[in-house]
Amino acid sequence: MIRFILRRLALGLLVALTVVVLSFLLTRLSGDLAISIAGPSATQSDIEIVRKAYGLDRPLYVQFANWVGRAAVGDLGDSFFFKDKVSNLIARRMPITMTLGIVGLILALLISIPLGVLAAVREGTWLDRVVTLITMIGQAVPSFWLGLTMMIVFGLQLGWLPISGTGSWQHFVMPSIVLAFTAVPALTRLTRSGMIEAMASDYVRTARAKGLERASIIYKHALRNAAIPVVSVAAVQLGFMLGGSVVIETVFALHGVGFLAWESIGKNDFPVVQAVVLVLASIYITLTIAADILNAVLDPRLRSA
Amino acid sequence: MNVPLLDVENLSVTFGGQTAAVRNISFSVNREETHCLVGESGCGKSATALAIMNLLASNGRRSARRLTLDGQDLLGMNERAIARIRGDRMAMIFQEPMTSLNPAYTIGSQMIEVLRRHKGASRRAAVDRAIELMGRVGITAPEMRIAQFPHQLSGGLRQRVMIAMALMCEPQLLIADEPTTALDVTVQAQILRLLAKLKKDFGLAILLITHDLGIVARVADRVSVMYAGELVESAPTQELFDSPQHPYTRGLLSCVPVPQKLRRGEPLGNIPGTVPQIAPGYAGCAFRSRCTFANESCAADIPRRLATPRHDFLCTRLPEVMMGASVA
Amino acid sequence: MSDTATTATLPAVSGSRVGNIGFAIGVAICCLIALAALIGNALIPHDPFTQNLNNRLIPPFWMEGGNPDHILGTDQIGRDYLARLVYGARISLLIGTLTVVTSGLIGTTLGVLGGFFGGKVDDVVLFTITCRLSIPVVLVALAVVGLLGSSLTLVVATLGLLLWDRFAVVARSTTMQIRNLDYISAALCAGISTPQLLLKEIIPNIAPHLAVVATLEIALAILLEAALSFLGLGVPPPLPSWGLMIAEGKDYMFFSPWVIFIPGVALVALVLGINLVGDGLRDVLGTRRR
Repeated sequence: MIRFILRRLALGLLVALTVVVLSFLLTRLSGDLAISIAGPSATQSDIEIVRKAYGLDRPLYVQFANWVGRAAVGDLGDSFFFKDKVSNLIARRMPITMTLGIVGLILALLISIPLGVLAAVREGTWLDRVVTLITMIGQAVPSFWLGLTMMIVFGLQLGWLPISGTGSWQHFVMPSIVLAFTAVPALTRLTRSGMIEAMASDYVRTARAKGLERASIIYKHALRNAAIPVVSVAAVQLGFMLGGSVVIETVFALHGVGFLAWESIGKNDFPVVQAVVLVLASIYITLTIAADILNAVLDPRLRSA
Repeated sequence: MNVPLLDVENLSVTFGGQTAAVRNISFSVNREETHCLVGESGCGKSATALAIMNLLASNGRRSARRLTLDGQDLLGMNERAIARIRGDRMAMIFQEPMTSLNPAYTIGSQMIEVLRRHKGASRRAAVDRAIELMGRVGITAPEMRIAQFPHQLSGGLRQRVMIAMALMCEPQLLIADEPTTALDVTVQAQILRLLAKLKKDFGLAILLITHDLGIVARVADRVSVMYAGELVESAPTQELFDSPQHPYTRGLLSCVPVPQKLRRGEPLGNIPGTVPQIAPGYAGCAFRSRCTFANESCAADIPRRLATPRHDFLCTRLPEVMMGASVA
Repeated sequence: MSDTATTATLPAVSGSRVGNIGFAIGVAICCLIALAALIGNALIPHDPFTQNLNNRLIPPFWMEGGNPDHILGTDQIGRDYLARLVYGARISLLIGTLTVVTSGLIGTTLGVLGGFFGGKVDDVVLFTITCRLSIPVVLVALAVVGLLGSSLTLVVATLGLLLWDRFAVVARSTTMQIRNLDYISAALCAGISTPQLLLKEIIPNIAPHLAVVATLEIALAILLEAALSFLGLGVPPPLPSWGLMIAEGKDYMFFSPWVIFIPGVALVALVLGINLVGDGLRDVLGTRRR
């Protein structure tokens, strides 16, 4: 088990490194960075000064090595525009994004699992079809549009919730719901198919032959097995949610990491963009490893392996 | 006099409205009797067992004139009522021990939940009983095994666990659907011996479903032969082997190679053709397409006939042919 | 005579009938929108780009203040809404299909190579897929467009280079399944060359599964483009991408909610239609995964 984790960590590190290389090259795509930093009204000498100051005159691989070296100790560079260390910027905004993501995921699970169980237990009935319809429509709705629509309905017309900012817990309600919405269709489908498979399994037949109560059969026997892949997929979904947080944070003006990235892209603030990509990728990798571990914990068959 | 423990009359099972898996069969199982239901794959024997327990798949429908357990009607019961009887007064074990146990729970927890559910036993009492039963079915070191997971046990051990689990509430009837088919031959013999012993110790009645005539010969008090959903012959075991009345039974018996009687070079017996799938509304004998004695009379409904008071069968041709042969 | 007591079990699954309806609806929606995209602008008397500041924010004709001349009203600088909506369909479908062609080629190539050759090649392919999955797609797409400026071509290229993972995964797994089948060995024994084998035997057999993936990916590409355009880093104005229309209408949505409502509904309808088609295809194939 330990060996397994170590191997996954090593692989994860390699992936993170590759992602960093890609994002590094990405930020150098547009040509001369020094020109964009210096601004449109800069003179040639200004540009040269900027180039030297930011180390942009060194060869590419040297720049990369420097960046990686500093990142390894937590120094993600300085932002061009915020006049602050990138790591500080990210650290300040991370709690918001994380809160959003975790609340969104919990909400998604609270909705998906009961819905999926219901659809599976009533497979083939109108209830099942309604649930399938809901998941289909849910997959088709763009999250930013849902956010705006909710703002109009709940923020303006009903006046129940604030529409932007991060003042109180109420500010997180609509964004979390929208975020949950992006994960509900997939998780519901997964729960449903897992439950259908579990209910048709031999061990559930045995449970029925033993005369156990219906609730016990559904929740204790079937769901316990069907939920295993759902939980590990949920962990990965969290990674996707965090990666896509930029859209929802922008719609609701939440100052999280995604919003920071978007602002930075607009301002060509490359150190920030690069760092955010690395951070998000690392979180995703960690979550996939966590998902594997979770799988092993929940499924006794994988434990002794 | 003796009310049979399990009384089945005119049981029929259809799937999806298209396949008549079981057609109007009647039989009974007496207390402490081992009754074998034997036939090829697809003859409807498993469907019969599932129908008795009301465990048919969602597209299965059963109907019967009578289905009683110890005089109590099972047909009119709703799912809740039947669930209280299942596992308590009648239990079932299945063919695939590898997948019949829940991989996420210890075998101990799966065993004690039956007792606690039906008898409201305390956890301690249930654990004690589980350990005791595991010992009775021949599982060594039950105190250790009880905390193990199914995947840590071999197939033979798992089947023993299934049997022990089925006996937790001391049922009157045990339905065993091909319990040894998925096991090694040596383990097979052990399990059969175990079942015979448990029958004596617990006063169990066993409805054993199998396709293996060898098993029938070894453990059955009474045999019922099924073909294409019908019960073509039913008799005490020795009588069936001594004087089979139905062409299918004869064919089955002749397929079994007997070491002393077989001569080198002699072809092995077989019944040409395959079991047909029957749709509802089929009339006449289902075996007639493969039967050497069939004539036009076989397309009409075949009456049930008796060879001896406890030996009945469904054929109008073979006894006549045999009598005609002796006359000629 | 005989009292039959039937068991009440769950009603038989009528999924196949429902599935057929769903598929039919999906096809109908897609055909309708495709048709609108192709000839719609020729039929509508207004041009999607002509501004008319005297006619700003006219609501749809069924609402108060509406004008039957502009069936769906006008936007904030007086352009006919219906004309823009229909043109937007063209953009969505164009980007969706072009992206999927690109990503499909990349993903299928990677997946088939990895699945067929196995070993080190497969390790590299799997590693590449893992890396791609770790990248926050929306962010990177935004960054690329932000750096290089928005254009239709760039959006297609970026999304195409980013959305190939599912193609690769499915191509890989189906190739692996087929690779061991007898007719592949037979073809190899007959002396077929590897490229021919890949093209003539493997690809035609994995194509149906890839078609299912393609529908999912078109839908995803359309939604992603809408999100990018919404954030201002997708299709450049004045092209009426539906996402852009929602973004432009955002400032007026509290007073004229239909400005964002209509393109949103259009997006939902199109994506739903595509997903229904994809599900129908998946049912036909008999692979009910996920």
